[in-house]
Amino acid sequence: MELADIIVKFILVVIIFAISLVIAMYSTYAERKLAAFFQDRVGPNRAGPWGILQPLADGGKMFLKEEIIPTNASGFLFIVGPSLAIMTACIGSAVIPWGQKLVIGTHIIDLQVADINVGILYIFGVVSLGVYGVMIGGWASNNKYSLLGAIRAASQNISYEISMGLSIIALLLVTGTLSLREIAEQQHGWHWNIIYQPVGFILFLICAFAETNRSPFDLPECETELVGGYHTEYSSMKLGFYLFAEYINMFISSAVMVTLYWGAYNYPFMDWMAAHAGPNVAVILGVVLMFAKIFLFIFFFMWVRWTIPRFRYDQLMDLGWKTLIPLAIANIVVTGIVITLINR
Amino acid sequence: MEPLSNKRKEVNNKPLTLLERAYLPAIAQGLAITMKHFWKKPVTIAYPEEKREFSENFRGMHSLKRDENGKERCTACGLCALSCPAEAITMIAAERQPGEENLYREEKYAAVYEINMLRCIFCGLCEEACPKEAIYLDGDIVPSDYLRKDFIYGKDKLVEAPLNQ
Repeated sequence: MELADIIVKFILVVIIFAISLVIAMYSTYAERKLAAFFQDRVGPNRAGPWGILQPLADGGKMFLKEEIIPTNASGFLFIVGPSLAIMTACIGSAVIPWGQKLVIGTHIIDLQVADINVGILYIFGVVSLGVYGVMIGGWASNNKYSLLGAIRAASQNISYEISMGLSIIALLLVTGTLSLREIAEQQHGWHWNIIYQPVGFILFLICAFAETNRSPFDLPECETELVGGYHTEYSSMKLGFYLFAEYINMFISSAVMVTLYWGAYNYPFMDWMAAHAGPNVAVILGVVLMFAKIFLFIFFFMWVRWTIPRFRYDQLMDLGWKTLIPLAIANIVVTGIVITLINR
Repeated sequence: MEPLSNKRKEVNNKPLTLLERAYLPAIAQGLAITMKHFWKKPVTIAYPEEKREFSENFRGMHSLKRDENGKERCTACGLCALSCPAEAITMIAAERQPGEENLYREEKYAAVYEINMLRCIFCGLCEEACPKEAIYLDGDIVPSDYLRKDFIYGKDKLVEAPLNQ
């Protein structure tokens, strides 16, 4: 690898990191604003015009709050928990292809940090690591509510990872590859995977809600039963990290859903665009559209949060084990049969 | 039996149909409802920049009135304090001195007149009790403050501004 390539990669990493942090920051603002709109209210509007400086004010507040580590908490793990949560949230974006390859002069810039051939497995690995941040934090707090929240988070994430994995297998039968770049390329134009895998997408969407601990699956931090859930004992920026990790996770899982099912950076008439407006313009339009799709998904996450009440815990387990997993297996079987019949 | 209202609704324990158990149509219905609200105009009134319109007989902060010559009407008879169910009004009377005729209408006036706005229930009985038409609750909402003592309003806040010459 040449030095220029390494520098380009480094810049790309910094940009993606900055983008995911800024999006997470403004997701908190968007969430409060959207919550207000869904409830016929105005939302934050005092900090700056329309309240757009609200995330900065919130961040400043978080930093200036007193740092509390409970006496009986396990000091080291108490700090490891939120660090792990935010770290796993941030590294997920490494394998997502944000666009086709840009060509500047003789340089070809790949808009993906790492095109590894097991991209999906990497995402899954990161997702399953994510639960450790919650578990360690909840356990290290030495508090009943935190522990219960952590246990709930762990069992919920593990249960829903199964059906998530199974729904992906059906997709892999269609695409025949684990590399996210190749999956994105296969959806060229309008051949989006949602057309071939609608059931798989709905299963994946439901599991994504559960994996990111978003409503209606936000039982780990269910205020009515568990005070604050796994982050009951956290204050200051450590709490901020947990909340931030949730929003970054939301962004990343939206990006994964767009990449896997909604055509990534592809859009109809992209060849026409490339021919008439220049290849780079078409690529950049693709990136913009990818982000537009991601924002739509983030909007959907928030829309659902302000619509559906939380599940009861046994209902959550029933849905995961008795409904989603059989459905996912049936989806695999049907997909397999159809593919075999077509290829004969 | 004759139903008392048209709001009566039969309930039953019929098992859910497959469509109902699928749950997703119900979610779509819910999403449609929240989307409808998304486009609605907010009902918020951004007090203190905006204010809800008060009714004509709204009872707000008290004001001690002056007569057409700019003299204070209050004669410190104490009927308002007597009528006050919350015992919010206190006053100290004083005798008008020669040369003060342009300030006070009667020979007796209130040297100190205090209303505790935290005690006041804005019932308007002081207004009704006053024989001199000196007190009216025609002001605005009492503003908020930090200390209890700042809610005891004296004559400086209650008496109407003097007439312009």
